Amino acid sequence: MAPAVRFHQAVALLGRFPALAGVDLDVAAGQIVLLRGPNGAGKTTLLRASAGLVPITSGSLEVLGHDLVTDPRSVRRRVGYAGTGAGLYDDLTVAGNVTFWTRAAGVAAEAGAEAMAHLEVDGRLADVAVAQLSTGQRKRALLAALVARRPELWLLDEPHAGLDEAGRDLVDELLRRAAAAGATVLFASHELDRAAGVATREVTIVGGIVVDDHPPEGNPAAAAVHRPAKTPYRSAEVPVVR
Amino acid sequence: MTTIAPAGTGSRATLVLGWLSLAGVAALAALGLWWSPADVVQGDSVRLMYVHVPSAILMYAGCSLCALGSLMWLRKRTDGWDTLAQASAELATLFAALTLVTGMLWGRPTWGAYWTWDARLTSTTLLFLLLVGYLALRSVPASADTRARRSAVLGLLLVPNAMIVHYSVDWWNTLHQDATVAKLDPTIDDLMLFTLFAGMVVGGVVFSWLLTHRFRVAWLQRQVDEVSLDRAIVERRAEADLAGHGSTR
Amino acid sequence: MFAEARIVAAKDLRLEWRSRVTTTQVVPFAVLTLVLFAFAIDPSRGVLGRVAPGLFWVAVLLSTTLAANRAHAVETDAGTRDMLRLSGLEPRAVFAGKAAAIVVQLLGLEIVLAAGTVVLYNVQLATPALLLSAALPATVALGAAGATYGALAASVRVRETLLPLLLLPVLAPVLIAATSATEAAIDSTPEAGWGWAGLLVVLALLYAGAGAGIYGVLLEDQ
Repeated sequence: MAPAVRFHQAVALLGRFPALAGVDLDVAAGQIVLLRGPNGAGKTTLLRASAGLVPITSGSLEVLGHDLVTDPRSVRRRVGYAGTGAGLYDDLTVAGNVTFWTRAAGVAAEAGAEAMAHLEVDGRLADVAVAQLSTGQRKRALLAALVARRPELWLLDEPHAGLDEAGRDLVDELLRRAAAAGATVLFASHELDRAAGVATREVTIVGGIVVDDHPPEGNPAAAAVHRPAKTPYRSAEVPVVR
Repeated sequence: MTTIAPAGTGSRATLVLGWLSLAGVAALAALGLWWSPADVVQGDSVRLMYVHVPSAILMYAGCSLCALGSLMWLRKRTDGWDTLAQASAELATLFAALTLVTGMLWGRPTWGAYWTWDARLTSTTLLFLLLVGYLALRSVPASADTRARRSAVLGLLLVPNAMIVHYSVDWWNTLHQDATVAKLDPTIDDLMLFTLFAGMVVGGVVFSWLLTHRFRVAWLQRQVDEVSLDRAIVERRAEADLAGHGSTR
Repeated sequence: MFAEARIVAAKDLRLEWRSRVTTTQVVPFAVLTLVLFAFAIDPSRGVLGRVAPGLFWVAVLLSTTLAANRAHAVETDAGTRDMLRLSGLEPRAVFAGKAAAIVVQLLGLEIVLAAGTVVLYNVQLATPALLLSAALPATVALGAAGATYGALAASVRVRETLLPLLLLPVLAPVLIAATSATEAAIDSTPEAGWGWAGLLVVLALLYAGAGAGIYGVLLEDQ
């Protein structure tokens, strides 16, 4: 089976800065991949590139069977991306936001209501303007907008950040259920203890490349789906792009 | 580097064009200022026309080339077209300024004022401002791709906007005041006609010379950027070494 | 596509309804410019009534730059551009929705401003039908151009200062045509005005067509 996500020597630029400097990564469907690495390692760019939001300037990237170098758009309806930036309109209510995104994606209104109930931002909270929500509540509202679309590939940037214990459990459960249903999950996190519990694979990114790739410690069940990074890395062999 | 960068902005073609420009401008100056006679009606101020008219034509040529470069960039997404759009927009701005200045200088003796709300002056001013806006957008720091994309959109809209502005100002002008543009004397002297024609030819040569140089400067700039990009990628990857990951496998 | 455009327009108008930026800031700004014009052009000399149509449309144009900026600032501030791109909405539909929302807000603003002009500048209207037939396409043209250039400047850090420079020269033909048509509507010389109204319809179609065609490229801008 073709991998859900396949990076090959992928370079992506932010301005003139090579945020991804030749990434090699294969992710099979159903995996829950934790992306770890220091600040500025390129995790967010890797997630956004997977959604077709950042162009790949050299190398290749295939997501869900789409070649994102030539056609970054057609995959977009099938992926869900929740960044660290808001993604919600401050002046609209939670329900207003979720309704807009479900309508925009052509999803039934019930899916939105269901997702809001699931993330516990229904009822009284539904009619509160996003500007008045706490960080955690915002996160839940954003996730509700994402869950309602039932994406095949979940791309989450720091999904646990700002959430309380119950919220984090909720996120973990969401990710497991999505993967069990055949979806693929890539998420970046600095909360390694929490993240390792749900991930089936840990990929470390530093300097815009994958430097380490293994199943999380203390999660032996994940070993079955472990794939090592394909090419060993040595900086002397860096191919010069273009 | 796979692309071979030119060592300078000159080439044999620009050398020839450069000498031709120099000779042409000298010849035009002699023709326009000396040999050709003063106009019966306009007097010596007619000599400004030998610069003014070619400038106006080159301004439009620059705009058209900019639009062409923008359109082709949107279709092909190759750097050369974006560079062409940039170089020709800068030249169009230059010649628009020259058109305005010579037009105003000509207007002073002819109309008695540097400025009248004449349709051509007004629409040229707006075109000049459209070009300034285009260059302002280009000067905003951004990645090459982003800048090319934004500029291409604006450059593509440049010519239709200039045309809309031109026709609406024309219509506005004819309704609001009498036509003030003195037509060139129909019994124009042969030598004057020849000088005007020479002005256009020389202008074309100067324009091609400047355009080639500007294009090559911008091209070199891109080469520099790409060299620094290659280096940036190497540096970026070296972060992994510094973090102690480079030799783990 | 129209259904998608309606979703976007409804969202933008709901945002305006809840934030009231146009109502409480842009409209008062436009009225303020009317008052400032009166200070600049001494009302006692009787010039004000004659130049009222021009001043009215200049005020509308200046407000258009604010509305166009606001229409895209809401996306930039909320960080929703990524989500818009992922939503699968057609770029043309996003353009049409944004333009429509700007048009609705500008029409409201024009009603207030027209009342202000009549009162402050003591203007009498001879041919309201002509004014309506000119104001509608003029506003559509303003909305379409505003949505296009607003998107162009949206991701630029200096967008507040860049947008007027890019947008206002483009809107000059609308100003010329709308002012001339309005003058005709006031002077009871409507014959002269219908031609301008026709030109405004052409402009509205041109700007809307260009914006719809090119918005997809702009939405991809990062």
